[in-house]
Amino acid sequence: MNEIPRDLFYTKEHEWLRCEDGGIVTIGITDHAQAALGDLVYVELPEIGQDIDEAGEMAVVESVKAASDVYSPISGRVLTVNEELADVPEKINSDPYGDGWIVRMKPMNNIDESRLMSPDSYQQFINDLED
Amino acid sequence: MGSKTILFEKHNEAGARIIDFGGWDMPLHYGSQKQEHQAVRQNAGVFDVSHMTIIDLSGEYVRAFLQYLVANDVAKLQDFGKALYSVMLNADGGVIDDLIIYFISDNNYRLVVNAATRDKDLAWIKNQAKSFNVIVNERDELAMIAVQGPNARQLAVDSIAVEHRDAVLALRPFYSLKAGNMFIARTGYTGEDGWELCMPAAEALEVWDQLISRGVAPCGLGARDTLRLEAAMNLYGADMDESVSPLESGLNWTISWEPIERDFIGRAALEKLRNSPDRRRFVGLLLQDKGVLRNHQKVVVQGIGEGEITSGGFSPSIGRSIALARLPAGDYDRATVEIRGKLLKVRIVKTPFVRNGKIKIDIEG
Repeated sequence: MNEIPRDLFYTKEHEWLRCEDGGIVTIGITDHAQAALGDLVYVELPEIGQDIDEAGEMAVVESVKAASDVYSPISGRVLTVNEELADVPEKINSDPYGDGWIVRMKPMNNIDESRLMSPDSYQQFINDLED
Repeated sequence: MGSKTILFEKHNEAGARIIDFGGWDMPLHYGSQKQEHQAVRQNAGVFDVSHMTIIDLSGEYVRAFLQYLVANDVAKLQDFGKALYSVMLNADGGVIDDLIIYFISDNNYRLVVNAATRDKDLAWIKNQAKSFNVIVNERDELAMIAVQGPNARQLAVDSIAVEHRDAVLALRPFYSLKAGNMFIARTGYTGEDGWELCMPAAEALEVWDQLISRGVAPCGLGARDTLRLEAAMNLYGADMDESVSPLESGLNWTISWEPIERDFIGRAALEKLRNSPDRRRFVGLLLQDKGVLRNHQKVVVQGIGEGEITSGGFSPSIGRSIALARLPAGDYDRATVEIRGKLLKVRIVKTPFVRNGKIKIDIEG
């Protein structure tokens, strides 16, 4: 079974979002996403300082199988990117919610939680996909 | 729901991710495609290839028939058991399929063709066989297991009936023999040593379990693809199909031009292209930058023209991305590949990329 931490928000595109101190958010892809992609071999990261719109392309993750876009769950500015993924993309496989984070952003607006999924909704969403 | 091999439940029990492949529900991987790949390069892996189509041909004129049906020449098969790789062409010289032909006895040959092309291959072969009085017998009751890797034969030999073990261990590369209920060939699709084992489906269950219990890694179609790509072995439907010539697919070495009297299907079309200055190249590419080459990406050769990647991916052995590509004629060894709007540098390298556990290309340079 795929892990779905209780303290995160989720999207239908299988991204997760964590609200950190200071109004910053960390974004990555879910355990379900990494398992579906298979071994990751390359991650294309955005530029620091880049502004990205909600649902805009934020990163590209490439596995042995295919390339997949990662979309930003919010509008905001990229503060930092996980540079380690350039050399060790498989961190996303081994620790998707920890060392495998992808970007930290400063949101443009207050986070509208109604546009994101709770852990329970995301679990239900995955269950429905697998049926 | 697709067709299932006899080993389907074994794959499920082993936690396989199942995908559709040519109408078959097959394992893509059992957790990590990269680990499966490395297991084959360093130790041994086992693949369920029961979805592949086994066809036995028999008849007095079967040799003459094969000399007409395929582009390579079965006259090269002088010893019983010897295998030959070939393409089967249409009249325009396009590739209907690639296959392996095993010389069983004077009037008997075994073909192994691709799963996704089964229907059209059988229809084509049966149609051509009529005038040669050749009997075409599909052996879909047989399962097929490929065990591959430097330690594969050593780990698999105990699954073979005792009285046949010495003979099977003595098999040279690209030879086969019948050992009781099993047909064993020292062939494969990974660039490593190993065997392909054909047997009655029910017996495959036990052989599979035995191999797993001896530490042979179950491997899915994902690893099979990266292994064959590193070995620069063509994949039908990606590197060649009915719209392209084997001469533009890196398969020149499989065409038997001599004797010139031998009239195989597609020969006239090949002759026309053979000495054409416009004949496209089929090459190996090594990506110089980070990123991943993928099928159908555009290759730009500065001042010459454009081509396309036919199969690309990440090479676990090299740690970089590699590809096979069809490119315009010309004398050059650098090109660029368009990935998401950017042109990334690639170098043309002599294939195979990897063979018998060793990297064969110059990575620097």
